[in-house]
Amino acid sequence: MVTLKDYGDYETAWCPGCGNFSILKAVKQALVASQIRRQDVIFVSGIGQAAKAPHYLNVNLFDGLHGRSLPVATGVKLANPKMTVIVESGDGCNYGEGGNHFLAAIRRNIDVTLLVHNNQVYGLTKGQASPTSETGFVTKVQPEGVASFSFNPVAAAVALQAGFVARGFAGMVDHLALIIQEAIAHRGFSLVDILQPCVSFNKVNTFSWYKSRCKEVATDYDPTNWETAMKTAEEWGNTIPIGILYRNKRPSYESHFPALKEGPLVGKGVDRELLTKILESYR
Amino acid sequence: MDETLNILIGGEAGQGLVTVGEILAKSLVRSGYYIVVTQSYMSRIRGGHNTFSVRVSPKEILASQEAVDLIVALDDLTLTLHEKDLTPQGRIVADQGCGADEKICLKVPFGHLASDQFSNIAALGVVSGLIGLKEEVVGRTLEDFFGKKAPGIVEENHRVLREAMVWTLSQPPFMGKLPPFPNPPQRMMMQGNEAIAMGAISAGLKFYSFYPMTPSTSIGQTLAKWAGKMGLVVEQAEDEIAAINMALGASYAGAPSMVGTSGGGFALMVEGVSLAGMTETPIVIAVAQRPGPATGLPTRTEQADLQFVLYAGHGEFPRAIFAPGTVEECFHLTRRAFALAEKYQGPVFILTDQFLSDSYRSIGPFEVEKLPLAEPSWDAVPASLPYRRFAVTENGISPRLLPGWSEHRVVAGSDEHTEDGHLTEDLSVRKKMVEKRLKKMGGIRREVIPPEFKGDKNPDLLLVTWGSTKGSVLEAASHLKSRGRRAGTLYFPQLWPLVQEQFLSMLQEARQVVCVEGNATGQLAKLIRQETGFEIKGRVSRYDGLPITPEFILRQLN
Repeated sequence: MVTLKDYGDYETAWCPGCGNFSILKAVKQALVASQIRRQDVIFVSGIGQAAKAPHYLNVNLFDGLHGRSLPVATGVKLANPKMTVIVESGDGCNYGEGGNHFLAAIRRNIDVTLLVHNNQVYGLTKGQASPTSETGFVTKVQPEGVASFSFNPVAAAVALQAGFVARGFAGMVDHLALIIQEAIAHRGFSLVDILQPCVSFNKVNTFSWYKSRCKEVATDYDPTNWETAMKTAEEWGNTIPIGILYRNKRPSYESHFPALKEGPLVGKGVDRELLTKILESYR
Repeated sequence: MDETLNILIGGEAGQGLVTVGEILAKSLVRSGYYIVVTQSYMSRIRGGHNTFSVRVSPKEILASQEAVDLIVALDDLTLTLHEKDLTPQGRIVADQGCGADEKICLKVPFGHLASDQFSNIAALGVVSGLIGLKEEVVGRTLEDFFGKKAPGIVEENHRVLREAMVWTLSQPPFMGKLPPFPNPPQRMMMQGNEAIAMGAISAGLKFYSFYPMTPSTSIGQTLAKWAGKMGLVVEQAEDEIAAINMALGASYAGAPSMVGTSGGGFALMVEGVSLAGMTETPIVIAVAQRPGPATGLPTRTEQADLQFVLYAGHGEFPRAIFAPGTVEECFHLTRRAFALAEKYQGPVFILTDQFLSDSYRSIGPFEVEKLPLAEPSWDAVPASLPYRRFAVTENGISPRLLPGWSEHRVVAGSDEHTEDGHLTEDLSVRKKMVEKRLKKMGGIRREVIPPEFKGDKNPDLLLVTWGSTKGSVLEAASHLKSRGRRAGTLYFPQLWPLVQEQFLSMLQEARQVVCVEGNATGQLAKLIRQETGFEIKGRVSRYDGLPITPEFILRQLN
C-alpha cells in the first residue's frame, strides 16, 4: 500500500505563496492514487524553480541541464521501459530552451509524462519573459513589452496529435491530481501544462487572474475528437479551459524496438555466438 | 612503397564507383591480400568527382599512397585530374573513346560489353582480369552485394563480369598480375567506423544515439543494422544535444551507451560532456574529425579537434581520449573506452577522422568468444548504508546503483551536490566534491596505454604522431631506414592523460624530433610541451583535407 508518507516531506527553497507547493501536493496525490511504488518511478528535471520539485520527493531523479529533460527521459525510458518516467520542469525549460525536444517527444510518442509548471515568466533568473508570456508583458529586459506572440503549448501539442494533452491549474489541486494520474496511466507521451502564479515576478497572471478564468471542460467533452480539441486548445481569454483536452491511442515509441520486447537493456550481456556470426559476414 | 599496387577508381558520384571499389576491395581481401582504402568524395550525391583508391599488397600495409599504378577512369575528368599521379610504369583502364596514349592505356569497348547501367560492373571485370583475381571470388562477392536485387539484375551482373573478364584476358599482356595465394587466410574487410561499432557491441553497448553527420554516420548505420539481432537500441535524435542527453539518460538507467558525431555536432554535445562529468555517468563519445572551422570540408579529413575534445565542457572533471591508428585499434580501443567509462563513471573519447572512418582494411579475426564485456560499475545492493551515490572514497569512485533496481534512491544532479546527490550551496561540500571527482584521474593515469616506440634507439630522427597518421609515419620511417637514416617513431594511441615517464626520455634522446599531424597548429606537439616542457621543433603538418601519406612526410622532411 503506497501512502503519501512514502514520497517524503522536505524543506523547499521556493518563495512563500509559490504555485509550486500545490503542484508538488498534486503530484504526490497522483502517485499515491496510482499506487506507484517510489522505486518504480524515475523523475527527470531540468533547470528552473520548477525543476527543483522532484528533489522534494523521495524518488529516483536525474536533474539535468536546462531544456534537456525530455531527451534524458527518452533515454531512461528506452533503457528501462518498465519504469514510470516523469519529467517535471518549467515553461522556459520545456518550451524555450528545450523546444525542439518538445516537438520530437510528441512526434515519437515516447511513454513519458511531461509536467510543465507554466507561470508565463522566468523565475530563477528573476523575471524575464518566457515563451508563454503574453504579448505586451512588461519586464526589466522587455521594457516596451513582449513583442513576440505567446506560445500555446496545448494547441501545439494537439496540432501535432500528441498522445495525451491536458491543462491544469495549481489552484485546483484535486482536479490537477486526477489529470496527472490519467497522464501517468496513458501509454504514450502525455503533456500536462499546469498554470501557476509566480508571486515574485508575474504581477499580471496572478492567482486570482487564473482563478477567475480557469473552467473545467464540460462533463460530456470528448477528448478523442481532434477538431473540437483543436478549438478548445485555442481558447485563451475570459475563459481558459482546463482538463484533458485531447487523447488518442497511437502506439508508444518504445513498443517499436525489437530489443525492448524482452524488457530493460540492463545487464543483458552479449550473445557472443551471434556476434561471431555477424563478424563472419564481414569476411 | 614497393611490392604494392595502388589502384585508383575515379568518376562522378552516382556512377556506382563505391560499389565497384567495395566489391574489388573485398575480392582482394578474400583472395588473401592486404588493402588500404582511401575514399575521397565531394559533398554531393550526383556528379562532381570522387575517387576510391585501393592499395594492395601481399604483405601487411598500413598506409595509403599518392602515386597510382592503375587508374580506372569511369569518366574523362579522372584522366585529366589523375594522369599526373601515375608511376613511371603506371597503366590506365578507360573507355575506348578516350584520348589517352595506347601504350599505357587499355581502351575498353564498354558500350559493347554492357549497357550504361552495368558499365561499372564491366570496369570491375576488366580490373579483376588484369590483376589476376579469380572470377569465382569476384562473382561471389558481387552476389553478396546484390543478393537481394531482382534475379534478372543478378544474372546480368554475372554475365557482364564474365564477358569483361574474358575480353580482358583475350587482350595482349598489359601489366603484371598480383602474386596468387594458394590458400588465402580468412580475414575480414572492415572500415574504422564498422570496427568501432563492433568493438562497442562486444564490450556490451546497449544504447547508441546520434544525429547524422559525415564522416561519423556509418557507426550508427552499422549498429542499426545489427540492433535487432544484438538487442541494442539505436536512436536518431532530433539534434546532437538530444543525442548525448539521451545517451546519458540511458546510461543512468543502466545501459552502456555511446554517441558518435563529428566536430560541429560535437560542439553541440559539449554541455552534455560536462553533464557526464558532473553526474559521473559513463559514456563513450566517438568523434570522427573532418576539417573545420564551422562546416569546413564536410567529406575530407583532418586531425584538428584534439585540443577541442581535450577541453570540451565547462568546469574541471576527468576524461580519457583514445586515438586509434588502425582499424583493429578502432575495435580494441573502443572496448577499452567502454571499460574506462564504466569504471571511472564519466566521459571517454574515441577520436578518429574521415580517412580512418572510411578506410577499408583487411583485418584478422577478433576472437569475441574470448573477449570480456566491460565490467559494469554498478552494484545490485549498496555495500554500506545509508546509500550515497556520490560518497567520497579513497580513489574518487563512488558506489553506483541503478534507479529502480532496489529501494534505494538514486539521484544524479547537474548542480553541485551532496553525497546523496541533492543540490547544495555548502561551499565546503563543493570543495570536497571537486577533489573527489578529480581523484579519479589518478586511476585513469595508472591505466594509460603507453605510446609505441619503434625503430633505432637514440635515433637521428624521431617521428612523433597520433591517430590515423600512424601507418604513414611507420612506412616513411622504414623508407628512411632503408636509405641508411637512423629513424624511430613514437605513436600515441592514447592522448589523454599523457604520462611523461612513459616517453619523455625517448624525445630527449633523439637528435631531431618531428611531430607529424593533420592540423596547422601542431596540437599534439603543443600538448606534449604543456605536459612535459619538451618542445618539438620539427613539424610535418597537413590541413588541405587529404590524409598524410608516406610520400607527403618524405617530401616535407626534405
